[in-house]
Amino acid sequence: MALDRWIALVLLGICLIYGYTAWFTMDDTLAPFMRRNPIWPSTFPKVLSVLAIIAALIILLGIEKGEPKIGDIDYRRLGDYKIGQALMLLGLMVAYALLLRPAGFLFSTVGFLAGGSFILGERRWIMMLLVSGIATGIVWYLVQVVLGIFLRPLPGFLVGG
Amino acid sequence: MLEGLLIGLQTALSLQNLLMVIGGCLIGTFIGMLPGLGPMSIIAIMIPVAISMGDPSAALILLAGVYYGAIFGGSTSSILLNAPGVAGTVASSFDGYPMARQGKAGKALTIAAIASFAGGTIGALLLMVFAPALSSVALLFHSAEYFALMVVGLSAIAAFAGTGQVAKAMLMTLLGLIMATVGEGALFNMPRFTMGLMDLQSGFGFITLAMAMFALPEALFLVLKPKDAGSADGEIKDLRISRAEAKSIAPVIGRQSIQGFFIGVLPGAGATIASFLGYAVERNIAPKKEQEEFGKGSIKGLAAPETANNAACTGSFVPLLTLGIPGSGTTAILLGALIALNVTPGPRLMLDEPQVFWAVIMSMFIGNLVLLVLNLPLIPYIAKVLSVPRNYLIPFILFFTLMGAYIGQNNATELLLLVGFGIFATILRFADYPLAPLLIGFILGGMLEDNFSRSMQLYDGVSFIWERPMTLGLLVIAVILVILPSYRARRAKLRSQGVADGD
Repeated sequence: MALDRWIALVLLGICLIYGYTAWFTMDDTLAPFMRRNPIWPSTFPKVLSVLAIIAALIILLGIEKGEPKIGDIDYRRLGDYKIGQALMLLGLMVAYALLLRPAGFLFSTVGFLAGGSFILGERRWIMMLLVSGIATGIVWYLVQVVLGIFLRPLPGFLVGG
Repeated sequence: MLEGLLIGLQTALSLQNLLMVIGGCLIGTFIGMLPGLGPMSIIAIMIPVAISMGDPSAALILLAGVYYGAIFGGSTSSILLNAPGVAGTVASSFDGYPMARQGKAGKALTIAAIASFAGGTIGALLLMVFAPALSSVALLFHSAEYFALMVVGLSAIAAFAGTGQVAKAMLMTLLGLIMATVGEGALFNMPRFTMGLMDLQSGFGFITLAMAMFALPEALFLVLKPKDAGSADGEIKDLRISRAEAKSIAPVIGRQSIQGFFIGVLPGAGATIASFLGYAVERNIAPKKEQEEFGKGSIKGLAAPETANNAACTGSFVPLLTLGIPGSGTTAILLGALIALNVTPGPRLMLDEPQVFWAVIMSMFIGNLVLLVLNLPLIPYIAKVLSVPRNYLIPFILFFTLMGAYIGQNNATELLLLVGFGIFATILRFADYPLAPLLIGFILGGMLEDNFSRSMQLYDGVSFIWERPMTLGLLVIAVILVILPSYRARRAKLRSQGVADGD
């Protein structure tokens, strides 16, 4: 089974759960006076779930025939691409998300930018740290001072918060 | 209209807004030139900046400048490197790149700039004429018609997705609508589908979703498959074009401005279709001798898609500004930004906030002028950005997507959602699922449900569908739009198999 039909299967599952919630469980908590309304919080989701299930089934059962098309990337040969680098960068993004608050903006951002370049194969350490350091400083200044959005620059334990 | 124009000029010519247009055009050109980054990603990255400015006119002017700049930058990389940054400029590389290979890069860039300028300016003139007319009609609309109109818009986007893609586009649109129902809506004052998670109480963040759908997959594709972008060899010089050349492209520009504009107005069509169609039409009507030159460096072949894509970009503002219904991914992102700034585009926009409406139109003229006067001479220098090594470029793109999502919500969970949705979107792109319908569905979801509910309440049920002829008519059109492409594909297939048609 091709990837697009697997995706349709997963989405069908999501739509079924969504539809089940809309049709059978959501209305239990509805206040009595709202029951006289022609429209309930579940009305629109009910319609959506039915339509989405139909669309997912059309793809899953292959009713609408299209030419199989290979886009920019042929997922059947993922090994030929730099999948390792992509996964490591995604991991780095998750690490950044988790460290942004505890480690402060400056440290985590320099780490992210330098780490990203490192993963992509950069080995000129001084250049790497210099570029990420300057960029981090500029972005922090722009966000904090020009846009006025608070970004804690340093780790919590250094500024007592 | 004259009064509106004056208000617009006054707003657009303030120092701050002029800086916004110029800055937007420059940033757009700069980033649009990078292969793989389209206008949607660039606008998504710029939205947090625009929103935090707080002034809707300035924000929209900035974003419109970025949009135009990105299209222009995309043509530059199409011409110089044969590496279009934007789908709408693919057709520009057919003749632009051969011209650059023949040492006429300067001339090609000038033709692209003039054609873009003319397309954008004529498009803006048409917008000035058609938008107020359409707005006054739209003022007569009731929420039932609005609901039906949005359904037509969403179906048209699915219908234009191409053969074998209609069901996928439909499913993506519906998924976007489903995602819009998550969280606490104003209508019912109760949380829906939050699975008990506090973080989902306010629904999914629109910026996070925009970044995850466009910027992140594009950056990941750049990592997975490094585009072998050759270097822009040779200096860019001799930007002038001769009088005879100007004369030969003038009718092309005239035709394509109008054709491109009207294609842009249709939901789901947009700059890409306009540019390919413009190219094809001009090739077909050209004299036999010139026809052979198409694809080998014909100036007409370059002027046609360049004019058409800019005119179409302007045209796509018509449904956004008059009906509040975006017809493309980019205008959907702009709509999201406007809603975040407390401006609701629609027929009342021109009455309630004329300064926003007219300032945007005025800034289109100014933006086009800036691109022609300021960017063209700077292109040889801006093109240097093409030599930034990807080892530095990609981490920065990823960092800006993260920052955009973080600044919007000030919440680190949003970053995890961004990565999660980004991976999901990348997998969807592998399987050729279109992503723009998902975002358009997500942004329109709230409004669609509001209008649906209001009509249901007024008519005490679904009877509004058959009691209001216009609503019924629009909904019938929507159904036809969705069914027709697959019906025709099926018939064509049967015919090719030698099976007689039933009728």
